[in-house]
Amino acid sequence: MKEIKIAVKDLNLYYGEKQALKNISLEIPEKRVTAFIGPSGCGKSTFLRVLNRMNDLIDHVKIEGDVIIDGVNIYDKSLDVVNLRKNVGMVFQKSNLFPKSVYENIVYGPRINGIRDKKILDEIVERTLNQAAIWDEAKDRLNENAFSLSGGQQQRLCIARALAVEPEIILMDEPASALDPISTAKIEELIHDLKQKYTIVIVTHNMQQAARVSDQTAFFYLGELIEFDKTTKIFTNPSKKQTEDYVTGRFG
Amino acid sequence: MELKKKRKDITGTLSLTAVRFMFFFLVMVLILLLGKIFIEGIGVISPEFLIDEPKNNMTEGGIGPAIFGTIAVTLLMVLFAVPLGVFSAIYLNEYAKDTFFTRIIRTSINNLAGVPSIVFGLFGLGFFILFIGQSLDDVLQTGLLFGQPALLWASATLAVLVLPIVIVSTLEALNSVPKSHRDASYGLGATKWQTIKNVVLPQARPGILTGTILAISRGAGETAPILFLGAAFFLPSLPIADFCIGDYCIPMINPTEQFMYLAYHIFIMATQSSNPTETLPLQYGSTLVLIVLTFLLNITAIIFRYRFRKSLGRL
Repeated sequence: MKEIKIAVKDLNLYYGEKQALKNISLEIPEKRVTAFIGPSGCGKSTFLRVLNRMNDLIDHVKIEGDVIIDGVNIYDKSLDVVNLRKNVGMVFQKSNLFPKSVYENIVYGPRINGIRDKKILDEIVERTLNQAAIWDEAKDRLNENAFSLSGGQQQRLCIARALAVEPEIILMDEPASALDPISTAKIEELIHDLKQKYTIVIVTHNMQQAARVSDQTAFFYLGELIEFDKTTKIFTNPSKKQTEDYVTGRFG
Repeated sequence: MELKKKRKDITGTLSLTAVRFMFFFLVMVLILLLGKIFIEGIGVISPEFLIDEPKNNMTEGGIGPAIFGTIAVTLLMVLFAVPLGVFSAIYLNEYAKDTFFTRIIRTSINNLAGVPSIVFGLFGLGFFILFIGQSLDDVLQTGLLFGQPALLWASATLAVLVLPIVIVSTLEALNSVPKSHRDASYGLGATKWQTIKNVVLPQARPGILTGTILAISRGAGETAPILFLGAAFFLPSLPIADFCIGDYCIPMINPTEQFMYLAYHIFIMATQSSNPTETLPLQYGSTLVLIVLTFLLNITAIIFRYRFRKSLGRL
């Protein structure tokens, strides 16, 4: 059994009056891929954004409960959110590269953390592009605008950019939902490689994808965590009726 | 179903004709206006006209001091208005919460754009000259230096006048930066200010420059606000003073002096001169110069905007 990386206890989240997450408790192990599945609006993306406090940026959000990463409660008042987000990187549904060159996109994170040395930045670019399996395609185009890359390449570049600040956890919010099957396969392969070093949490609409890439799966429904178990168990022998209905395609 | 028979779209055809006609009418008016000014004005344009001061009760000579004054006031105005406007917009769009108070501020900014410009002139006289200027003189013991009409206060007043333009266009530019780009920046551990500085502002720069362009056009053509603020009837010398560091001196705009202003100069020639018909060619010439000057100031800003857009890969 791996060590616990993220422990969530009795988490409630409200958008104004409306409760979006109800009493969620779960433990995410280190260097594994954890998938969140569930129908649209079930709170899985909201919950993902709880883990690096991206919900702080939205007005009228209230959060109760504890989220403990490496023994630290990330909702503690004394915690530095900026440091947290460096440690917990994020890849979004749609590629959100900056309108800058490939190189500038990667070094954005390191630069704001005060790395100025060109040699170190060059090394970071080469390392992260290699990690994101896009070095061969991008190495001759480092100074081109990042938008000139294809959709799949852009999303892998987003992953490389997230890796550049050396996080320990990577959150992915439907990273392949806007991509074609070949690009999706590349992203999935990449996720598989990355879990040697990183703890990965992925939200996905695609159940086959959850089954392929993840070690354990959490099923959310109407803001509640219905079931959380090993992926093989969730997809072959779930213990809750709702989970079974969802994974067999009876609703959702 | 009859696929071949074309349906007649009468209202559509009519509206299109009306729109075409109006467009044509507008372009014609513009061409007539500019054409008339160009034809009447081009004759008096000469190097001397651009450099010399007015002579012989403004019936001869040039408009050099007025051109200089216009450029000086407009540049100073941009220097005041753009930073203030941009920072106000950043505050309103990025930091201020949506409260009753900030809504009042937003509404006020929009209403400010509708205030008649003569009111700004009176405001400038009361606030900048009589209040700030005289207080400065009292505190700094400078005698009568700041508490009188001067280039500085004219620029400051015009800056207030164009402030709503700068703020509104900057607000729009900031708003158009996608939320996903901000999320990406925050997700990489950037602080709010780092995100604004490195992601939001670079993308908003073309929009900010559009605001600057509009502000220049508006400010350079205004007459009413500067009436009481140092625009001089006639000044043979330029508002210049030597700015010295040790023994090394360079001539700089002296913001405490009065100045001539093209738009005001045209007004003077047309209404206050002893013989308005005699000054008519000069009025056309000055108008042409004012239009070309505004155009050149705009072109500079447009070139900058083009560069920024290009660097963002939007072209």
